[in-house]
Order: sequence, then structure tokens, then C-alpha cells
Amino acid sequence: MIRYLAKRLLFMIPLLFGITLLSFAVIHIAPGSPTDLQTDLNPRASAEMKERLRALYDLDKPLHVQYVLWLKRLLALDLGTSFSPDRRPVTDKILERLPITITINVLSMILIFAVAIPIGVLSAVRQNSLFDKVTGVFVFIGFAAPTFWLALLLMILFGIHLAWLPISGIRSINYEYLPFWSAQIDLARHLVLPVFLSAFGGLAGLSRYMRSNMLEVIRQDYITTARAKGLSERAVIYRHALRNALLPVITILGLSVPGLIGGSVIFDTIFAIPGRLQLFYMSAMARDYPVIMGILFIGAVLTLIGNLLADLSYALADPRIRVS
Amino acid sequence: MKKKREGLLNEFWYRFSRNRLAVAGSLLVLLLFVVSFLAPLLSPYDPGAINLKEVLSPPSKDHLLGTDQLGRDVLSRMIWGSRISLKVGFVATGIAILIGTLLGALSGYYRGITDSLIMRLVDIMLCFPTFFLILAVIAFLEPSIWNIMIIIGLTGWMGITRLVRADFITLREREFVQAARVIGAGDSRIIFIHMLPNAMASILVAATLGIAGAILTESALSFLGIGVQPPTPSWGNMLTAGKDNIDIAWWLSLFPGLAILLTVLGFNLLGEGIRDSLDPRLRSGR
Repeated sequence: MIRYLAKRLLFMIPLLFGITLLSFAVIHIAPGSPTDLQTDLNPRASAEMKERLRALYDLDKPLHVQYVLWLKRLLALDLGTSFSPDRRPVTDKILERLPITITINVLSMILIFAVAIPIGVLSAVRQNSLFDKVTGVFVFIGFAAPTFWLALLLMILFGIHLAWLPISGIRSINYEYLPFWSAQIDLARHLVLPVFLSAFGGLAGLSRYMRSNMLEVIRQDYITTARAKGLSERAVIYRHALRNALLPVITILGLSVPGLIGGSVIFDTIFAIPGRLQLFYMSAMARDYPVIMGILFIGAVLTLIGNLLADLSYALADPRIRVS
Repeated sequence: MKKKREGLLNEFWYRFSRNRLAVAGSLLVLLLFVVSFLAPLLSPYDPGAINLKEVLSPPSKDHLLGTDQLGRDVLSRMIWGSRISLKVGFVATGIAILIGTLLGALSGYYRGITDSLIMRLVDIMLCFPTFFLILAVIAFLEPSIWNIMIIIGLTGWMGITRLVRADFITLREREFVQAARVIGAGDSRIIFIHMLPNAMASILVAATLGIAGAILTESALSFLGIGVQPPTPSWGNMLTAGKDNIDIAWWLSLFPGLAILLTVLGFNLLGEGIRDSLDPRLRSGR
């Protein structure tokens, strides 16, 4: 097991190297430069000043030298400083965006698992029933509907016509003057729509996945055996079938680790949430190279770790895989 | 030989026509094609005609789906927007299929070092969430319909590569491939004439589902203002107007999104219908 783990971890290094090299090249070769954007609009900026700025950012050095500099800093766990006028460390800029993004994603993950698994199980147990067909239709719509459109519709319905929920930001204007509990309720009211909507797509996917797992398991011989020895239908479904059908879900859980800090630029835009992708988008527009690299790098690391966790936890949960 | 092929086609058609969802999906796709081909005939107004006297008027007899913030007819703009969606869907998926099939075929046919190199490239590309990657590239290029198509294509080939590779790995051990090799056929002949037609089924399914995905991605990008640029009407950028006027004009949000939903639904149902009819064993749980 430990050898396997070490091998997998070692294997991640060249992959990460390739990822950083690729993104570094794409970002730097693409047209536009951070100094252009900072000086073009300033009539007093001279060519000499532009050169000084380029030197300050190390942009005057050849590309491979810049990349090696970036790698060296990375080894010291330093993602560099932002090119934007605040000149703050990239790590800080990314970290300050994380709490809100993680809150929304964790809540929507809980919602997905809490709702999708029962739906999937129920529609498999009662295959071809009315419930199964209705959820089937919802799933197909869930796969096809653009979530930003659903967001607009829900905003119109709940935010404007019914005026139950706020439609923008994560706090009310008078937030600071509210007593503690009202402030929490205020935050919760702002989060209802974003959480529900970011759960929506996953809901459709996971419930379908759960349904097909369950259908597969129900057809196995050991379920027939369980029935044959006279167990109640409840015991057969919930003790014997459900456990086995849940196994592959562990993989999904691992694969969704990078998604936890992901989030969606669309929601950030629609609901005006200061999330991580909003930062990414703004940085890309401003050609803030260190911030872009930082976000891509952290995303890639989390994806690789998530894949590894998925494989590992699967091996732990399923003895058949551990043997081979 | 000809007899047998006809038999297979008949069998396919028999299964497909009995799958109600698949038939509904193909009708939706057909409708979309008809609408976009006949756009000049069908649209009641010029999609770009600005009419400041009728700004943001709700659906009525004159304007069935209302007008937008510049008084343009929403129905006409949606009809013309269908052309954009189809174009992006097909070209982007075409690019992805081309790259994916070629790399997958090479990888599965030659195995060894070629295979590992290509598969590592796939792994690397898959580490970036697609939307992330698109966003990064778009931010650096001028947003235009051509750039959008190319970028969606360039970031969407990895799944197809894996699919074609898997097909080729099984195919290369089959007798007819070995027979072709024995009579001295060259590599490119074996790959393109003998093996590729046998992988066409899964490519076709992936392409149909890919079109749906590409249309969704395009609409999201256009909605964010980094896709198809106004005044060219696309369903995504029409929804931007919906968002800007969300408190006064619900029709701007409702109808273009409904068009996206039905289109994507159509291609998804069609793709799954083809898969289920080609080989009932591949039947997904859906």
C-alpha cells in the first residue's frame, strides 16, 4: 500500500511539471502584457518607465529564465506577488476568496448527496414507476438547462415577483448594524439561491448514477440469495444492496475535492459573489500572471490529490480491489 | 456483404424508431435545422432593426415574444441565433473529433511510447477544468465566434481520444486487422480503411453529445460577454440583456434560455438514442 502511494505521489511530479509548463507558456505567449494595460491609459508614462516596470516584474528576461524563477519560488512555497497595484502576495489574494467559495460548495455538496442518493435508490427500487419516470424527466432537463438561465428564472420568481430572497451579493448593506443572529440569517438568505443552483447540475448527475448502480446491484446473485433466505425487502434493499451501490459514490466524493474550491464564474457574476473565479477572471483580464499561475497551480494540485484520494478510499472500502 | 449491412441498418432503425425519447430528440434537432435554414423566411422582423418606440415591450400580437432594450424583436433574434448555436456546435465538435480521433487512433494502434505520451497529454489537459481553460484563453484573445469555436474544440477532445483509443486497442487484435497486416497493408491503410470505420459508432455518439455540450458552453461564454459579441444575436448574449433588465423584462430571460434547453435536450436524447440502438448492451442507466 505504501509503495503504491509513493509511486502515485512520484508520478504526480512530472504531471504537475507539465501542467505548470503548459500554462506558463500559454499565459506568457498570448498577446497583451500587464505593463501595456498599466501604462497605455496613462499619458505621462514614458517608454523608459515601461521598461522599468517590465524589469520590476522580471518580464525583460527570456521566457525560460522567468519560468525557472517561478519554479524556484514555488519550491519555497511562494507563489509570488500580484502585478496589480496592491502588490500583495498571491497566496493571500487567493486565500481571502476561499471561505465564501468553500461555504457555498460544501453546502451544495451536502445538498447533492442528501437529496440525490435517496432519489436514485428509490427510482431504482421502483423502476418504471411514476416516481422513476418523473425524476427521469427532471434529470434530462437538469442536464440540458443552462444553470445561469435557471438562476435568472429563480431570481425573477423569488427575488422580484415574490420578493422572498435577495438576488445579489452575500450581505445586506446594513449588515454591520444587525445583531449577530439576524446577520447570520441575512447571510443564509443570500446563500439560498447560489447553493441550490450550484447543487442543481450535480443533483441530476448523481441521482442518475446512483440509480444505475443500484439497478446493477439488485440484479446480482447475492441479492437473490438474500431474498431466498427470507429477509424482508427492507433488509435486502437497505442492508445488502445499498451498501454495495454506495461504493462507487466514494470515487465521486474524491473527484469532487477540486470542485470544492472551484465554483462557477457564472454564479460569481450573476449573484455578485466575490468568489475565487471572479478573482481569476479579473486577473486574466489584467494579465496578472502570478495570480493566474497561482490559481491554475492550486487547482491542478487539488485535482491530482482528489484523484488519488478517490482511488485510495475506493481501495480501502472495497476488499476486491485491494487484492488485485 | 451488402445484404448483411442492410440488415444491421434495419435493426438499428427498428430499435431507434421504437425509442420514444430518441424520436422526440431527433424531431427537436430537425426542427432546429429547419428554423435555422429558413431563418430569413421565418423571422417576422429584421433581427438587427432597432425601434426605439417599442423598447422592452412585453409579448404581444405584434411581437410574439416581446422586444429587447433596443426595441428589437426577440423572436426574430432567437430564430437567427439558432444559426450561431448550430454553427458553433458543429464546428467546435468537428475540431474536437478530428483531434480526438487522430490521437486516439495513433495511441491505440501504436501503443508503447506514443501511447504513453498522448495519454499523459490527456491527463494534463484533464487537470484543468475546461471552463477554466477556456476562460484563460479567451481573456487573451479577441472574443469572436471563430475563436470561440476553435477554443471549445481544442479543449474538448480528451474524452474522444480515450474512447477511440479503447476501441482501437480491442480492434487491433481482431482477425481482420491481422489479415490486413499479413497481406502487407501499410499502417495508415490499416488505421483509416480497416479500423476507423469500426470505431465510427462510438465517435458518432460522442459527436452528438459533444454538440450539445459545445452549444451549452457557447451560450455560457456569450452570456458572460466573452463569446459571440453583440449585435450578432446569440441565445447566450440575449440572456445578458435579460440579466440587465431582470426586474422589468422577464421575457428576455425566459425565451432564449428555453431555446437552449430544448436544443441541448434534443441532441442529448438523439445521442443516447443512437447509442442504445447501436448496441443494446451499451445501454446506459438513464
